[in-house]
Amino acid sequence: MEKKDDNITAMCRPAVGEAGKTGDWRDMRPVIDQSKCISAIKNRAACLLCWLYCPDGVVIPTVPVGIDLEYCKGCGICAEECPAKAITMVNEGG
Amino acid sequence: MSNVQIMTGNQAAAIGVKLSNVQVISAYPITPQTSLTEAISQFVEGGELKAEYIRVESEHSVLAVCISASAVGARVFTSTSSHGLLYMHEQLHWAAGSRLPIVMCCVNRGVGAPWSIFNDQQDSVAQRDTGWIQIYCRNNQEIIDTLIQAYRIAEAVYVPVMVCYDGFVLSHTMMPVEVPDADLVKDFLPPYKPHMILSPEDPRNINPVIFPWRRQDPEGVLRDGYMELRYKLQKATEGARDIIVATNRAYTEVFGRDHGGMLWTYRADDAEVILTAMGSLASEATVAADMLREREIKAGVVGIRVFRPFPKEEVREVFGNRCAIFVFEKDISYGYEGALCSDLKAAFYGTGSRAPIHNYIVGLGGRDVKARELAEATLSSLEAIASGTTEPETTWLNCDTYLPGSEVRGQGLGDRRQEEKCRINYSRSIKKNICCRGTGPARGVASP
Repeated sequence: MEKKDDNITAMCRPAVGEAGKTGDWRDMRPVIDQSKCISAIKNRAACLLCWLYCPDGVVIPTVPVGIDLEYCKGCGICAEECPAKAITMVNEGG
Repeated sequence: MSNVQIMTGNQAAAIGVKLSNVQVISAYPITPQTSLTEAISQFVEGGELKAEYIRVESEHSVLAVCISASAVGARVFTSTSSHGLLYMHEQLHWAAGSRLPIVMCCVNRGVGAPWSIFNDQQDSVAQRDTGWIQIYCRNNQEIIDTLIQAYRIAEAVYVPVMVCYDGFVLSHTMMPVEVPDADLVKDFLPPYKPHMILSPEDPRNINPVIFPWRRQDPEGVLRDGYMELRYKLQKATEGARDIIVATNRAYTEVFGRDHGGMLWTYRADDAEVILTAMGSLASEATVAADMLREREIKAGVVGIRVFRPFPKEEVREVFGNRCAIFVFEKDISYGYEGALCSDLKAAFYGTGSRAPIHNYIVGLGGRDVKARELAEATLSSLEAIASGTTEPETTWLNCDTYLPGSEVRGQGLGDRRQEEKCRINYSRSIKKNICCRGTGPARGVASP
């Protein structure tokens, strides 16, 4: 038909901070017990279900695994999914 | 070399799907569409069609699967009827809004309540404003040919296409159908080129929340807002008109069959009286036109093939300069009139046309409609017009009931006496009167 228009469907690519710093939405914070985390124990990238499941992409798949608390909304999915029960949700600010 | 086989409308549609080399099919069985999905599943299971057939638990999921498969670059098909289509309603908007060239067969069936498995066109007409192109077929040959055309149209304009045909009347009725040559179809239908492919190599979020204003994305690209995207859908659907006409022309050149682009006509050139309808009902009207011609009434038929985009220019051209227009349809916009009738009237606005238009609601929930009844309804209307009625009320044909507290009985011709009356009272003098009483077309009707 006409010239190709790439902009006929609404879309966005993954990017940091589209909705601003969302960390302050959080009531509870994930805390990793590295003595239980499979990646930390094996000292290599392993398991990483927390990284796979995180809906906001804030789990940093390094050894040891980190979490970007600037953007983590505290949903608790990582704690729920962790097979080693290495992640605990703790109250933010008591 | 011709390959004519006797088959039902659903079989014709299934073969059309196979010839179009569809890659993903998802469907949920519903009468009268079931035998279509069964035939396709047999093609897939038997290895005749290299496609994935995805079973789900509902029509809502069916279209969600189709949307996903189309978004990753597959050519997809689904089909449904009636309540299945209504259940898809939300996803219909998503498919069109995402500009995915999905093709669907809607095997037309009435909708509840009360339950009906029989044919009318309320189901698809009620989806008129979802952004889908709608094409209505009048016979089984047109179904197979239109399916192949539908992919070419949809993939050219990135708008989904609904191929509609009447349940049982076509879906379960056998007719001779010439099956197009597979290699010719392959040439006619190049592989689907998506405008955008969702893939793990290039992750993205399709259809995020869009703000009312235009906005830069994190990469700094200025993105359309909601209205801009919807405007593009409207322009693409309107612009599909040229593609539909061109596709029909190209198809005619290759396969030798012309089903009309946006609409088709029958004995309409010199017709003073036009009967119009969509689907098999329009086919029925051609027989009625012949009957009327036998009674020396210059009757013709316009079959509306494409309902969306509405063939406004074609309608203005072909309906111009007529004495009377009769719109027969198997749907009703409750509280007003038939949807086709309203759209036709709107198309005439500004042309100066003063031809009386009479709307007949017929065949709801499978109520039989005979060609003879269409002819007699036309005669009855001509009589009313001759006696000065320019804006007759919508008539429910063969609807024989009464409303408590009202003198009005069913206005239909179900009452035999009324039918006889029409026949006896009609005379050539009435016909002469129609165009002489100032109810005919105004002079200088615009004919683009």
